[in-house]
Amino acid sequence: MSAEAIDQIFITLKHAILGWLAPYLPDWLMPIVSAVLSITPILMVFPLVFALTTVVERKVLGRIQNRPGPNRVGIPLTNIRLAGFGQFIADGIKALIKEDVVPRNADKVVHFLAPIALVIPVLLAYSVLPIGKNMTALDLDSGVLFFFAVGSATELSVFMAGWSSRNKYALLGAMRAIAQMVSYELPLVLSTVGVIMMTGTLSTAKIVDAQAGGFWHWHAATPWGFAAFFLFLIAATAEANRTPFDLPEAESEIIAGYFTEYSGFKFALFFLGEYLGLFAMSGLGITLFLGGWHAPLPALEVVPSWIWFFLKLGVFILFFIWLRGTFPRLRMDQLMNLAWKFMVPLTLITIVAAGVWRFMDPGATRCLTVTAMIVVPYLLLSNALYTARGVGKRTYRYAE
Amino acid sequence: MTLAFAILAALIVVSAVAAMTLRNLVHCALCLAVAFIGLAGTYLQLGAQFVGLSQVLVYVGAVAILIVFAILLTRSGEPGPGRQFSATALMGVAIALAVFAVLGKVITSSAVAKRGVLPAPQTSVAQLGQKLMTDYILPLEVLALLLTAAMIGAVIIALKEKESAK
Repeated sequence: MSAEAIDQIFITLKHAILGWLAPYLPDWLMPIVSAVLSITPILMVFPLVFALTTVVERKVLGRIQNRPGPNRVGIPLTNIRLAGFGQFIADGIKALIKEDVVPRNADKVVHFLAPIALVIPVLLAYSVLPIGKNMTALDLDSGVLFFFAVGSATELSVFMAGWSSRNKYALLGAMRAIAQMVSYELPLVLSTVGVIMMTGTLSTAKIVDAQAGGFWHWHAATPWGFAAFFLFLIAATAEANRTPFDLPEAESEIIAGYFTEYSGFKFALFFLGEYLGLFAMSGLGITLFLGGWHAPLPALEVVPSWIWFFLKLGVFILFFIWLRGTFPRLRMDQLMNLAWKFMVPLTLITIVAAGVWRFMDPGATRCLTVTAMIVVPYLLLSNALYTARGVGKRTYRYAE
Repeated sequence: MTLAFAILAALIVVSAVAAMTLRNLVHCALCLAVAFIGLAGTYLQLGAQFVGLSQVLVYVGAVAILIVFAILLTRSGEPGPGRQFSATALMGVAIALAVFAVLGKVITSSAVAKRGVLPAPQTSVAQLGQKLMTDYILPLEVLALLLTAAMIGAVIIALKEKESAK
């Protein structure tokens, strides 16, 4: 079997199933069957990635904190431990059979709907991600816009969860989460504008096509793209409520934020929604800046495209775990200052820099000009913000 | 009328009616958000991708959030005592129906109705962007300037309050 055939094996499989079913099913049902066949792998693969990530995250965090992490649970009734990778099955069973506690005063309907309203938009976002060559479930003309539109719908579910619980910590958590998501949505969207200007399309599949032919064609390899990619990463971390931006669920302050009053499988759904949101955001970052499913070197294109996508996703996941293990949490004012005073101006500058990059002739001059256009404002801005805080060398006064 | 349109229409009508009649204001706001989503679905079904997705982005992502925050900050979501409908509700319905009848009569007898159904234009997001950036660049810039001025004005008003409080 050729490399091309292995790369397209899932597409071939889908068409084979459709061809096999065609004589037995009425015509109007075929588009629905085709859609179901495209959706099923997304529904199977990404929750599995989530399950594995829960174990990997606890093991890596354990390693960072000098402890083993989960290493016992393996295959039940045997002595095989699988280095603890059976843990997620045990956790899943636990979440399923746990009692579902709903507060007596809670708004039952909204409380029930909130986790569903979180998971549905998050799953919808996957439909426009190109997971491999020809493997975009829904190749929309305006795929990037679709991604952000469904992403913005999750804010309402956070509010629903926090408000319906009738719990002050839940409401505080929801308020924090919404303030954070609204603030960081702006730099998140603005940081992608440069890529859209450069490729001239909002279709995720076409953006990936524009980055073919090795890592030096990726958008992250240009000066403006590199800056935009980092701003995107910061905003994505905040949008996914990950440390150091995990104020909405800061367990030392407000218990667990907006899902304080959730237990059992509803809590598991929140957990799932949060991680799936993170993966979707990483997937968008890969698509826009890191060449999507393209291999870093043209010679490596023999490896199937979907393997490259999941390898890059794995790197993103490990990066986010690393961040979580090493960074302290921000304070609320620091969070807002970072978004409005630092991220938004810098993303606007990267857009202008991308425009300059587009209209200058290729060469060292262009590279230097665009780099200077980003580095100089960055230095000036961070210097000004640092001075404005009035932080100097710490002085101590001792009792005499 | 296709099945998809029937489902969307039912969703919009039911959630809009719920948004007007429910007692709890937060429930009303959430139902309104469902109606917005239904409208976005209708736009998408008509092939207007940009309008549909902007509808979700702006109305569900921002306006609905603004409404629920406004409710939370101004009063509790619990319904107050008293009747839900005012005494002159029937009169209101009659006036609304009369206005609808007049508008309907005027529109059906106007030149627009006689024009017939035009073929649906195929407008992509790229075409919209091209038009905005070439033919309509001046209105776009004026609009952008106006919105920026409004935003800066809002920030200045908020800042002044903070200083006087000190």
